[in-house]
Amino acid sequence: MVKELLKGNVAFAEAALRYGLEAYFGYPITPQSEALEHLSGRMLEEGRVFLQAESELGAINMVYGAACSGVRVMTSTSGPGFSLMEEGLSYIAGSEIPVVVVNMMRGGPGLGNIQPSQGDYFLMTKTAGHGDFRPIVLAPASVQEIIDMMGLAFDLAEKYRTLVLIAGDGAIGQMMESAELPPMQPVRKERPAWAVTGAQDRDMNLITSLYLNPDRLEEVNWRLQAKLAVIRENEVRCKEYETADADLLLVAYGTVGRICLSVMREARAQGLKVGLLRPQTLWPFPEKRLLELAGQVRGMLVVEMSAGQMLEDVERAVRGKTPVQFYGRLGGIVPLVDEVAAALRKLDEETSQEK
Amino acid sequence: MKHEEIIFSGFGGQGALFAGQLLAYAGMAEGRQVSWIPSYGPEMRGGTANCTVIVSDDEIGAPIIKNPTSAVVLNLPSMEKYEPLVKPGGVLVVNTSLVEVKSTRADLRVIYVPASDIAGELGNPRMANLVMLGALIAATDIVSLETVGQELGVHLSERQRKWLEPNKAALAKGAELARL
Repeated sequence: MVKELLKGNVAFAEAALRYGLEAYFGYPITPQSEALEHLSGRMLEEGRVFLQAESELGAINMVYGAACSGVRVMTSTSGPGFSLMEEGLSYIAGSEIPVVVVNMMRGGPGLGNIQPSQGDYFLMTKTAGHGDFRPIVLAPASVQEIIDMMGLAFDLAEKYRTLVLIAGDGAIGQMMESAELPPMQPVRKERPAWAVTGAQDRDMNLITSLYLNPDRLEEVNWRLQAKLAVIRENEVRCKEYETADADLLLVAYGTVGRICLSVMREARAQGLKVGLLRPQTLWPFPEKRLLELAGQVRGMLVVEMSAGQMLEDVERAVRGKTPVQFYGRLGGIVPLVDEVAAALRKLDEETSQEK
Repeated sequence: MKHEEIIFSGFGGQGALFAGQLLAYAGMAEGRQVSWIPSYGPEMRGGTANCTVIVSDDEIGAPIIKNPTSAVVLNLPSMEKYEPLVKPGGVLVVNTSLVEVKSTRADLRVIYVPASDIAGELGNPRMANLVMLGALIAATDIVSLETVGQELGVHLSERQRKWLEPNKAALAKGAELARL
């Protein structure tokens, strides 16, 4: 295959199609609308289903229905649209069906703006809908990574019959980079045994999230939690840069993760032993590895395009074993290398006095 | 290790975004890592449109930067915004057809090109972006002019195909002026 110059939104849409996406339902919203534009043509060319719903509410419920019939299905949106989808996401989680949703985060709350943000971290990792559940949340930092993560997202969603979210941001959606798309894979013909496909010559399948008997619902919940425990144990992913001898650790994901890569390189060039841990899964979170590193470094700096959301997970993970400081920009402002470098110097000065 | 960060900026419609894309395509064709990111906010409507292109031998970190190694400014608002931000020792390419002020930076290599006028003489003032790109390439050697010409042939839209040769001439003229 050859490398192409691809825009993030077009790249994840085309990658999904090549990974066998059979149906897409969505509603346009900046900064991810190019995905709909691309799929509105390509899905029809390939004889698949593309439908622009009347709203995000309509879209997520169409996704829910299609997923119940066992087809590979997804939608994509940005913050305000994601909020509208939450009811449907909870039904999807309660029904334990595989669904993939991309959220290209933008500045909020409310209508906010269309610039890059990471303000939906809580929303995606902790409160994607009512009831006790967690979606798997993947966090790409480049056009190539979002392409690769589309395949991973479908695989994980179907392996665990669970909801998988992709936490992008406006910059990942709008940026063009050289990247390689996967080869076209055939659409899966067979439907999973649990799918609702018409019960001719077999027993009826029932997909529901309604359990009026509390004993039964508790049983269902414990089974769901047992599955999430397996995911928590097996599906943590993160990328480490120069952590082996690090005295200080940067922790950041997505676009901010790669900005911190530049910060790390500059700091290293000045003789400061800095490492970077970039979570590729926000849930499950790389907490074990962070706890290990907490015993090695003299401090951590968490950087986000939010007021400090992943920060809470880092603090929880390191259990007070190392100082954790924070630098964030809000409202669609992307932190620049110089600003983060200044925050890193402050951490360096404050922690070198202690030891 | 070579690592160049270039901002292209102008009015919407002046082709700043396309010139940046063309540089990214050329960088990719020469086996380098590239990223291209546009401003996509409301300022694009009638205001300045800009993009940041990074061409590097290494995995690209921050795709959004404050201080570019080069800036290509197609109009006065772009000059005012980016002239102060170019890194010392960097390159500033100025479209003198629309920017009448001179740079006050003594620590830059400043290239003045009457790009819109030259493009007009070659048949279409909208090719000013290619004149400017030619001047940038000649001044920096980020990629070869030949590669840019090749990529132009590949990526010029069907509708614009008749402008391929004039566009190549615009590139060459910009490069020639930068070498003077």
